[in-house]
Amino acid sequence: MARRNLVLIALTQPRATASWSASDWDTLVRQARRSNLLGHLAFRLEAANMLAGAPPGALAHLDAARILAQHQQQAVEREVAEIRQSLAATGVDIILLKGAAYAIAGLRAAKGRIFSDVDILVPKQALLEVESALMQHGWISTHHDPYDQRYYRRWMHELPPMRHIIRQTVIDVHHAILPETARLKPDSAKLRTAAVPLEGKKGLFVFSPADIVLHSATHLFHDGELEHGLRDLVDLDTLLREFAQQAGFWDMLVERAAELDLRRPLYYALRYTAHILGTPVPPQILQAAEAGKPVPVIDRLMDALFVRALCPDHSSVADRFTPIARRILYVRSHWLRMPPLLLVYHLTIKAFSSRSSED
Amino acid sequence: MALRTGAFVNVIQSAIPAVSEAIALLYSNHPLVESGGFADFHVSVRAATGVRRWLRRQVLFEFDGARPFKPLPFPQAFPMLEWGLNWCVSNHCNNLLVFHAAVIAHENRALILAAPPGYGKSTLCAALVNCGWRLLSDELTLIDPASGNVLPLARPVSLKNASIGVIRSFAPDAPLSRIVTDTVKGSVAHMRPPVGSVQRANEPAKPHWIVFPRFQSGAPTTLSPYAKARAFMQLADNAFNYNVHGKRGFETVADLVSSSGCYEFSYGNLNEAVSVFDTLAKSAP
Repeated sequence: MARRNLVLIALTQPRATASWSASDWDTLVRQARRSNLLGHLAFRLEAANMLAGAPPGALAHLDAARILAQHQQQAVEREVAEIRQSLAATGVDIILLKGAAYAIAGLRAAKGRIFSDVDILVPKQALLEVESALMQHGWISTHHDPYDQRYYRRWMHELPPMRHIIRQTVIDVHHAILPETARLKPDSAKLRTAAVPLEGKKGLFVFSPADIVLHSATHLFHDGELEHGLRDLVDLDTLLREFAQQAGFWDMLVERAAELDLRRPLYYALRYTAHILGTPVPPQILQAAEAGKPVPVIDRLMDALFVRALCPDHSSVADRFTPIARRILYVRSHWLRMPPLLLVYHLTIKAFSSRSSED
Repeated sequence: MALRTGAFVNVIQSAIPAVSEAIALLYSNHPLVESGGFADFHVSVRAATGVRRWLRRQVLFEFDGARPFKPLPFPQAFPMLEWGLNWCVSNHCNNLLVFHAAVIAHENRALILAAPPGYGKSTLCAALVNCGWRLLSDELTLIDPASGNVLPLARPVSLKNASIGVIRSFAPDAPLSRIVTDTVKGSVAHMRPPVGSVQRANEPAKPHWIVFPRFQSGAPTTLSPYAKARAFMQLADNAFNYNVHGKRGFETVADLVSSSGCYEFSYGNLNEAVSVFDTLAKSAP
């Protein structure tokens, strides 16, 4: 029973759950909840006709998660409609990112997904105009500290998050998918040019299928927070399986990764979805993606780190190296975000400001 | 070992003596479940570690490794467990409609007491359950949208400030936990639910009355009909997850309000209040 990743088993071999004990279901629900995958798991088990085997207690929690996910799907639709209306006068094209994009574009990855905020991408030169339009419609900046404001505006790829004063919803306005200071430099103009308009929603776009995958991969493998790493990996798996139905998708994916300077995240994405979730990536594509492979020693180190960090963040699956793996990957994400001197400067300021705000 | 409270199984870990003492006193009638089955909530209450513990001891509530709240001063360990267990239910049970309201029952007809904090809802609830009414919950009314029934929790009743003394003199035999002072809610103590309520914690009740109580010192005891439309709005406002349920939530609350007698109730004297509700219980069809 020790250290079994039951979420993974339930997602990849749902039939295996038929023989599970109440105690296994207990661990499954706990792991899935910690990974933000309870709603997704409920839909997947339902699709596999395996919900009947769940003990009543577990079923109640899976139901609850499904009801919440359905509500969030509607809520994100309403929120996007509000955003679109608030920005209509600016005439700026809005590209939806991540969860909101999956939901509005009707992608399978949205099913059962928990949404925290809505992420959009606009041209950098339109940032100020978009920000003031949002402010006129009730969104206000959540970071009031002058250092934080400067940090976002000078070095990050987004405005400080803005919260709506009445609905309490949060929007992140991006102009790029990685910080300006990051090692990799995907060109936002190329991403915007390839964006796909959403039918019946003038002014709203999502990235092209290849770019959606590359953004998701970049977010997971180059931008930090691995707390919900498994959820993000499941997103990637679901996206890849859905887009694989489109002719030419795989070749386009490899081509775009080269064009956008995102070969490394694509390599990791394909390696770990195939390895952990059994995503059916064609062998020649896996081979082509090796263009983004790091030197062998790093490659092995990353295997050791990611295989741990991409588990549910729950005591039932952690081994004694899990905390240090998560820590190293957290530091790595900062390392990739900004040059060393800037990083030292940023962490110094943060260390002092968090100490003074605690007292 | 796990503790069963109504439909829920709680695995509680704590090495803090005040917590185990309070559990032993207040949950003495609750059934224990063998560990190794399915549990709804895995929680722990423990002393915070780190430098701070030398300055001011603090206590942490953990929900399966997550910390939904900031630490509290150490003496508040048991109230923190109770608040944490409420949070577990109100935050996760989206298969149910969860209202911030007390609920009691007479012969399986439920009486929902909905009011903002400080309106004497818990006091009235504590008094009535000491006079033969069955406790379902003093804090969380759980409605199953599929059946429209109220599901019991039968957990300890939380008493605040003046109501601690009021209940102590009204029902001197009711076991109360030690008073914890200086919490965000003032002084708090918890009352053990009557054994009959705990034994029947698996029996749902049918909503029958909805009452909006208000305690005012010296006020006359009056029970008057309350407009159903207003009752609807009040209940919807008092739900933790009304919006999550969408259309089904609307229909559930509409059914709840139309099948229940709705009243507002003002009182200044607990004995008079109890006799009003006893009359209500006998008069209704």
